[in-house]
Amino acid sequence: MPEKTTKYVGKAVRKKDSLQLLLGKPVYTSDVAPKGALVVQLLRSPHANAIVKTIDTTIARKVPGVVDIYTWQDVPNQRYTNAGQTYPEPSPYDRLILDRHLRFVGDPVAIIAAENEKAAHKAKKLIKVEYEVLDAVLDFRTAKDNPTLVHPEEDWLPLCDVGGDNHRNLVASGEEKDGDVEDVLAGCDIVLDHTYHTRAVNQAMMETFRTYTDLDRYGRLHVLSSTQIVFHCRRILSRALGIPKSRIRVEKPRIGGGFGAKQTSVSEVYPAFVTMKTGRPAMIVYTREESQIAGSPRHEMEVRVRLGADKDGRIRALDLYTLSNSGAYGEHGPTTVGLSGHKSIPLYTGSLEAFRFRYDVVYTNLQAAGAYRGYGATQGIFAVESIVNELAEKLHIDPTELRDRNMVRQGMTMPAYYNEPANACALDRCMARCREIFDWEHRYPVRDMGNGKVRAAGVAMAMQGSGISGVDVGSATIKLSEDGTYNLVIGAADMGTGCDTILAQMAADCLDCPVEDVAVFSADTDVSPYDSGSYASSTTYVTGKAVEKACTELIDHICTIGAELLGCDAAGVTFEGDCVRAADGRTASLTDIAYKAQVSNNCAAEVTATHSSPISPPPFMVGMAEIELDKLTGEVRVLEYDAVVDCGTPVNPALARVQTEGGIAQGIGMTLTENVTYNAAGKPIESSFMQYKVPTRLDVGHLHVEFESSYEPTGPFGAKSIGEIVINTPAPAIAHAIMRATGVWHRELPITPEVIAMGEPDQA
Amino acid sequence: MEIKLQLNGRAVRVPDVDPDTTLYDFLRAQGCASVKCGCETSNCGLCTVFLDDVPVLSCSMLAARAAGHKVTTLEGLQAEAEEFVGFIADQGADQCGFCNPGFVMNTIALLRENPDPTDEEIKAYLSGNLCRCSGYEGQLRGIRRFLDSRNSRKEVPHA
Repeated sequence: MPEKTTKYVGKAVRKKDSLQLLLGKPVYTSDVAPKGALVVQLLRSPHANAIVKTIDTTIARKVPGVVDIYTWQDVPNQRYTNAGQTYPEPSPYDRLILDRHLRFVGDPVAIIAAENEKAAHKAKKLIKVEYEVLDAVLDFRTAKDNPTLVHPEEDWLPLCDVGGDNHRNLVASGEEKDGDVEDVLAGCDIVLDHTYHTRAVNQAMMETFRTYTDLDRYGRLHVLSSTQIVFHCRRILSRALGIPKSRIRVEKPRIGGGFGAKQTSVSEVYPAFVTMKTGRPAMIVYTREESQIAGSPRHEMEVRVRLGADKDGRIRALDLYTLSNSGAYGEHGPTTVGLSGHKSIPLYTGSLEAFRFRYDVVYTNLQAAGAYRGYGATQGIFAVESIVNELAEKLHIDPTELRDRNMVRQGMTMPAYYNEPANACALDRCMARCREIFDWEHRYPVRDMGNGKVRAAGVAMAMQGSGISGVDVGSATIKLSEDGTYNLVIGAADMGTGCDTILAQMAADCLDCPVEDVAVFSADTDVSPYDSGSYASSTTYVTGKAVEKACTELIDHICTIGAELLGCDAAGVTFEGDCVRAADGRTASLTDIAYKAQVSNNCAAEVTATHSSPISPPPFMVGMAEIELDKLTGEVRVLEYDAVVDCGTPVNPALARVQTEGGIAQGIGMTLTENVTYNAAGKPIESSFMQYKVPTRLDVGHLHVEFESSYEPTGPFGAKSIGEIVINTPAPAIAHAIMRATGVWHRELPITPEVIAMGEPDQA
Repeated sequence: MEIKLQLNGRAVRVPDVDPDTTLYDFLRAQGCASVKCGCETSNCGLCTVFLDDVPVLSCSMLAARAAGHKVTTLEGLQAEAEEFVGFIADQGADQCGFCNPGFVMNTIALLRENPDPTDEEIKAYLSGNLCRCSGYEGQLRGIRRFLDSRNSRKEVPHA
């Protein structure tokens, strides 16, 4: 499709809900849920691996206000997964609502339903449980083929063959390659071999997990939840509870942040179960502690990279082995690991002769991981971009020039990315522009500030995808109203990203109307057309195209109705935004057409269109960090972070910029301050914001973001995606800067002041 | 216990408040939905309200301590908020919005205390207000644009 002139796409339109949000109106789950619901709380396991020998709720039930208490004996015995993925899910069916076998500190033991919080809390303390404590698998490096099995059960059920085996603690495993990597490595002038470790960091969205449920006026289960995946959630609940999908309705109000956390149905099943049992409204609100210890964080990964290159810096071979820690359950385990290779190796398509990518995903007795922005790419890119920086250092080549010699460029086919074409790729321009705005030449060398502090810079590149190729489905319904305005109904979930607004911008440009004339509604399984949901950087690219298709079809319908009004052939009229014009110049206004659609009419003034893409065009990005490091204390301050992003067409530059800035800030947190550790018994230490330090506005330095646009021919208005890629560059870029300042490569995150102060220069 | 206080300009009397009720829970029960809780450990700033015009963290204060005092939430400051929140919206920095009420409350407190703050003063004053979406830069740009616009309006008579 040729590049169109646009009135709204490419403009910084305000988010449609912005004033509601900024003025504190009641728009979130807890604000809109009717009062008087039963309070649902969970008794959680104090042990990392244990069997409930006996459980006695007699005394707890006597607490005034307690309505009921449920244990493993009360729930359906059909295993399911909480992963919000397209059926058949790659994640194994390994959960019960409550299981007699507890697999991590925080695994639910009992569900308490009470009239108020105090009663629920008191009852929780009075439930008597006798545990048979088992050995636990707490180090993911020892999980594979460990005699202790996290899932010994016989009804463990994988729907897809992803190389999993519960009798080996394996969620998934696999290998893919192109060329003979050992052969090429043997012929390289230099081979580097290092292992990089990233932790199970938390999304820490400001609104914790929460769900309200009741029975609607037809007696069906109605679920109001802070979720990115209304349709997947309905399917998950249907299987977990054993009730038909037609008996369930899932809707989301505004969402207080997701970042992938809410692509897993973390909280929905518990109040839903209570409502089905009692017939009464029920609500669960996770505390911050529960969100930290029993949520759906990033998969801890250890990525071993072997890189082979020539003396002149030509990167010829990459060999990756990723070990991923899925924790106690397999949600998103088989899929996240793939991105650690698929979204890192292709960055070097320009010179690569061979690659191999092998992986194991293991169960451990730690919190189950899930989906977090970047989804494995973040971990793989930390490893690959770090080792490329190490190569630059070894060869005394500027790391930006080294990348210029090797990077993927527009028009190339990417063997490590399913042989997809780089239709639109401005990575080279991103690098050139970032070098310029950052003043790389002058900032890259270490500068001693003379007060015990040094300033140093680092660089990294990144890519991601735009939706899941051949899987994700986006749909849009567009309807004409009597006054010539439109309703756009979608099943994607705006979790603060602004997708409701950018989709309305696209619709307004397609329909040649003011963006204010497009009202947006999402998402409700009873109302919305099917959408996989908002994840995998899919909404702009996949759902956006569905919006474009729906508008094109609606224009045909409008022309048909208009032609009838004008008494001419539909083929002879043209759509002009506020009217339809016949060949002879006569017009029918949109308002007249809309009213005509309601009288003696057989052509719907609404259309639903669906879109799916066989490819997932990568956005690209370059990030550069300048830090100041205190050599005595190891304290690191990010002074400036510059980034240039190629997201195709930035549909709304203001929102794309804030996505980028927000992703960089999260990346800075993951790199420097957000730690995830456990005590010897597997109990998480960083269970509150006291210990889990997400960056404040004093910790992120100055962020400067620009765009180098490309035009993706398969995307709506040339757009690709922006939501996830933005978190991928800070870890390698900052680790690079820290090495420049200290001479030490840190290959494990987070790089805390203690680690830096104690760091020994690398001998490798 | 009975709690009497002034909430957003009107007298409120609530009998039978449990003594351990936090000000956060009390205000939510009074219909002040703008007040949010993000952490329960006084680390995030989402629950910021004014007690006698001074910002406090309502999750970490007992409702009883507010008895006899003047409590203000964003519901009671709509006009003052409207003066500048549009500038945040223009940056797209509202994002998910869950931290916005606490951020807006504390920005109002900042501007009442220091009507023309520097960027460093803004960052320092708001450092207790976490935001996981925006990376903070857009919030800063929004406040800066608001101040610039207000200052240029002020300068008009002298021009």
